[in-house]
Amino acid sequence: MKFFKSLTTGQRTIALSLGFMLVLSIVRLFTNADDITSSATISSTLRVATPILLAGLAGVWAERVGIVNIGIEGMMIIGTWFGGYGAWKWGSWAGIALAIFAGSLVGLLHALATVRFNVNHVVSGIAINILAAGTTEYLSIIFFKGQQGGGESQSPAGKGGSGEFDMPFLAGGRIGSWRSPDILGWLEKKHDLPLLPDLAGLLRGLVSDIDIPTIVAIALVPITAYVLWRTRFGLRVRSSGESPQAGESLGVSINRLRYQAMAISGGLAAFGGAYLSTVVTSTYRQGQTGGQGYIGLATTIFGNWTPFGVFRGSILFGFPSALKFRAEKNVPALLLVIAVILIALGIVSAMKHKQMLTMGLFIGAALSAATYFLVDEVPQEFVAATPYIVTILVLAGAQQQLRPPAHAGLAYRAGENH
Amino acid sequence: MTEHSHLGKQLAVELHGITKRFPGVIANHDVELTVRPGTIHAIVGENGAGKSTLMKTLYGMHQPDEGTITVNGNLVQFKTPTDAIAAGIGMVHQHFMLADNLTITENIILGDEPTDNRGRINFKEARARIESLMTSLGATFNPDTNVSELGVGQRQRVEILKVLFRGAKILILDEPTAVLVPQEVDELFTTLKRLVAEGATVIFISHKLDEVLAYCDEITVIRRGTTVAHTTPSQVDRRSLAELMVGSDLPDPSGRETKVGEDVRLQVTGLNLAGTFAGAKLALEDINVAVHSGEIVGIAGVEGNGQFELCESILGLRKILSGSISVCGQELSHTETRDRINMGLSYIPFDRHREGLLLDAPLWENTFLGREENAALTNGPFISRGKIEADCRSIIERFGVLTPSEQVPAFALSGGNQQKLVVGREMASDPKILLAAHPTRGVDVGAQAAIWDELRHARDKGLGVLLISADLEELIGLSDRILVMFDGRVTAQLDPATATPEMLGTYMTGEEQGDAR
Amino acid sequence: MKSQRLQRMAITSASSLLAVFVALCICAVILLITGKDPIEAYRTLFGAAGDTKVLQGALNRATPLMISAAAVAIGFKMNLFNIGVEGQMRVALLTTAVAGAAVDLPAPLHILFCLVVAMATGAIWAGFAGWLKVKRGVNEVISTIMLNFVALSLVAWAFDSFFRVESTTGSLLVKTKELPTSAWFPDIVDRRLNGMFFIAVLVLVLFYVLVWKTKFGFQLRASGANPGASRVTGVNPKRMVMISMLLSGALAGLVGMRALLGDVHAYQNNLAEQQGFNGIAVALLGRNHPLGIFISALLFGYLGEASGRLQLIDIPKEITTIMTGIIVLAVVIINEVVKRWDDRRIQHKAAAALETVAVPA
Repeated sequence: MKFFKSLTTGQRTIALSLGFMLVLSIVRLFTNADDITSSATISSTLRVATPILLAGLAGVWAERVGIVNIGIEGMMIIGTWFGGYGAWKWGSWAGIALAIFAGSLVGLLHALATVRFNVNHVVSGIAINILAAGTTEYLSIIFFKGQQGGGESQSPAGKGGSGEFDMPFLAGGRIGSWRSPDILGWLEKKHDLPLLPDLAGLLRGLVSDIDIPTIVAIALVPITAYVLWRTRFGLRVRSSGESPQAGESLGVSINRLRYQAMAISGGLAAFGGAYLSTVVTSTYRQGQTGGQGYIGLATTIFGNWTPFGVFRGSILFGFPSALKFRAEKNVPALLLVIAVILIALGIVSAMKHKQMLTMGLFIGAALSAATYFLVDEVPQEFVAATPYIVTILVLAGAQQQLRPPAHAGLAYRAGENH
Repeated sequence: MTEHSHLGKQLAVELHGITKRFPGVIANHDVELTVRPGTIHAIVGENGAGKSTLMKTLYGMHQPDEGTITVNGNLVQFKTPTDAIAAGIGMVHQHFMLADNLTITENIILGDEPTDNRGRINFKEARARIESLMTSLGATFNPDTNVSELGVGQRQRVEILKVLFRGAKILILDEPTAVLVPQEVDELFTTLKRLVAEGATVIFISHKLDEVLAYCDEITVIRRGTTVAHTTPSQVDRRSLAELMVGSDLPDPSGRETKVGEDVRLQVTGLNLAGTFAGAKLALEDINVAVHSGEIVGIAGVEGNGQFELCESILGLRKILSGSISVCGQELSHTETRDRINMGLSYIPFDRHREGLLLDAPLWENTFLGREENAALTNGPFISRGKIEADCRSIIERFGVLTPSEQVPAFALSGGNQQKLVVGREMASDPKILLAAHPTRGVDVGAQAAIWDELRHARDKGLGVLLISADLEELIGLSDRILVMFDGRVTAQLDPATATPEMLGTYMTGEEQGDAR
Repeated sequence: MKSQRLQRMAITSASSLLAVFVALCICAVILLITGKDPIEAYRTLFGAAGDTKVLQGALNRATPLMISAAAVAIGFKMNLFNIGVEGQMRVALLTTAVAGAAVDLPAPLHILFCLVVAMATGAIWAGFAGWLKVKRGVNEVISTIMLNFVALSLVAWAFDSFFRVESTTGSLLVKTKELPTSAWFPDIVDRRLNGMFFIAVLVLVLFYVLVWKTKFGFQLRASGANPGASRVTGVNPKRMVMISMLLSGALAGLVGMRALLGDVHAYQNNLAEQQGFNGIAVALLGRNHPLGIFISALLFGYLGEASGRLQLIDIPKEITTIMTGIIVLAVVIINEVVKRWDDRRIQHKAAAALETVAVPA
């Protein structure tokens, strides 16, 4: 445990992923659920996880500066619409850019209400969600209805993709017109071996059928970490969420920071929305976000308000849905994965002499394993509810480990706090 | 005024004729202050004398209505603290302004970060500068630890570092020792001496006479908003300094008729209360207090020595470890707070804003608070608004609360009137025993006298009062007995007729511990 | 000093009206930009007020809004934010539909049974959030949002797996077993206005009496206004949190009953959708006061009912959703601004009155 704590967040993410892969590998050998580590599953996990990741990062930026952002869902909705509109008119990248711009404006609106007018953050967020839903529905009827392929609740198809490719040699990508060998694809099919095909699947999932917006989104994780922890702007943002009085007493303009960070937050959330309407599909559809903004909010908490934590959370929350989508029959194997993880956590907590928690974890593991042997199929609804239940459990069980920004969501007016 | 004719050497700070008014209050008037460079200059005065207001003026947190500020010979006008910082003034606030989840380094450099031209923080440079400042300060912590892991003394050290990091040469410390344990106080002054030796000037706000006399070079006394004396430790002793602060001889309680009754209203025996976290020392240790009818028992002590915890324990707001508490002979162990109140326990809380009032609610709702079981104000499960309003009006009249009506929200009243309202509410139900914590804190002289009269009057009619106060005049003037609390224990019992401020002071600072019974 | 109270009420109402007016203006600009005629739009929208059928429909739509707004407002009085009304309502809907269809009782009792089941279920679901807050310190905003989605999934799954029955009328809509007619809440105006309207009004009246006229209500408000002050008077803040969460959940359970008992008489997907969420907007515009909630619910009910007319003149009815969002934002902003102004005004008035009092003294 000491060793684990000595690692940086980036290293921890890698260590945890490797551990997770090991568990998956064992379960795969045992159940023959080959798809739980196939490159196709990994690749679609990324696609499912990216919008959640972006929404989660939006949450990190907002809460780190001290503003609770319930409006992420609404900002994503705005993103889906403007992404769809831009893609239809000019192409995917224009759609994404337009969405980010529109999202920033919505973020600024949230900042205006909460910073300038001291409105309760949750209330303002709810208002933004209502406003976003109404605006996009209204605009769709004005702009999309009657267009070819468009309708009251759907945009016409976007122009062209945002660029997808396979990596040569590793995933059989093309160099010119020559198709290189697919080394990882070959390895991945050696299903009798332990771990090796799983790692090959993981790697191939990361390098095949990838698109640039996904890479940009993932790159935003270290970028956010860098900006928040290594730059002057980032330090001031974090101080604003921890103790705006401290910054103010030293001449830092808290209000300006909050506008800036909220514009970033809105832009990120809208990017997540645009990803849905330009990368995952090529059209805007009403209700496309389906609550992913709230899952993003959940990952902000689950990820302990850190970018790498949000990344872990989005993968974890995205994985079951991706598997469900790719290989329905393999989903029950996840119950065994959960059982193994719960046992591992149980052992850790037993070492810390937390009897109640240990017992709970072992009972959970037993139930999970028993369910695996009893059911053939995990209902879609359970997969969908997992992120929310996990978040509630984390909040209820591990709150001591969480470090939310101390001042997030509290009323603050510059110059009145001495 | 003596000894500031150091010709040729410029004054570090000179305040002349400073007056600062707030709605309904004159916080400072005609303040004269001269601080020589390279000294530790104490500003002493009672709670509410206007020390903090004055220092906020000097630090640019608000502007004076009249008067001039001169720093190092230059006439200045500070619009914001940033201006004051630029002039080399730094302030260590009484309530620390630190972000717990940031590291020490991050807290120190915030707002003045050494960066490259792309906004990247140069942590190496920051660290080097902080470490050299730490050496001159004698501080030894790892600047990469989170502030949340620091104790109070270390946090104060970080606050000082913050000020020094900005190049401040004139340091204002607002009651820095209020939160420190004695050993930390010594360390703080060692640090301050070191800084002064390196050319800094320290303005030190305090109401603790011991440390002022022991460590400071010069003293300015503030009373009722204005400066009344400028002196040095060699020219005064404790008694005369205390008199300067209070403004007259301490009240003479002799010749008062004691009407202390036979029956015990409040009996606390062998009370122990656990500390706030596992492994911490006891918050209260073997407390024994008895209050009789018609008796005011004063509790003296520096804040944070267990007075708050004692009140909370008596009220049943904290689970006690062992011991017993009874009111009028009835053991309270298994009763809830509400029952205790119904048995005749009443409480004037430490902080009227945090625990005493509903600021946005009208006065009549405020005087009803906590009296929901009073049958005269209710009608079964319903409240009787008319009766409550009438009751509120009678409280307003009896306690001279200045307000247009009982419909006004509580925030509209001045602090003194708010306090009178709270006192009135707590006395209105004719309690058997009253816990009065700082009943006249932040209250003007007129209101103070009115509240004292009411307390005496109720005492004469048989009320038992446990009076917690930091105001020695109040304690000596009202109490029939004075107990001193130090470090969670009752360390002395004194007779107000013979008690002197020195005696109280030595017991309050834990220098000496007497017989508690 | 009644005049002072009236004055404050007038200020409150005026700021809410101003918010609605601001929203109308902003929506007019949006209509103009998108090439629609705002004057014609508003004439159509508000012209429908002359139509009795529209008014009856508005009352019908206002019914669940009043109840869900009361559910939200009772939390607000305690400084609690129950965003989970939607989820609590949904769980209660399915439970009541199933339980109501399973028993056989005479008419008034059957309805009462259904209402009690709904309230109990809603309270239990909200109780989770209350428990999490009291025992584990989990912020109720987050937990109720999460529980909304859990409720959505749970109900969808239970409905699909256990309780759906194939339609006998050839309709494509899948429902639960239909409630016996003894559980049907009677209409006042056939198919236009359901009797649940009176239950909603009753809820508001009881809400008023409970919060403003009883000792419990006083403690509730005091605990919300200053938990520290009410704690030292012996009011247990955790207990108050739990009670207000349960009360809020019980009301949330009732929200869907107009649709279930008064209209569809069986559970189906999307039944009463959004009615729990919309209560938040109504409570905010109504300033958490029963009278304000009543009027706001009527306004939103009317907008919802009359918006259909807009489509006849080729204006998307979603403009009313935008209007709702702007009203919410405008009302909270204007409230903040007005409150600061009003506080200063009162303070100055009090200070001025004091001087006149103080002079003779």
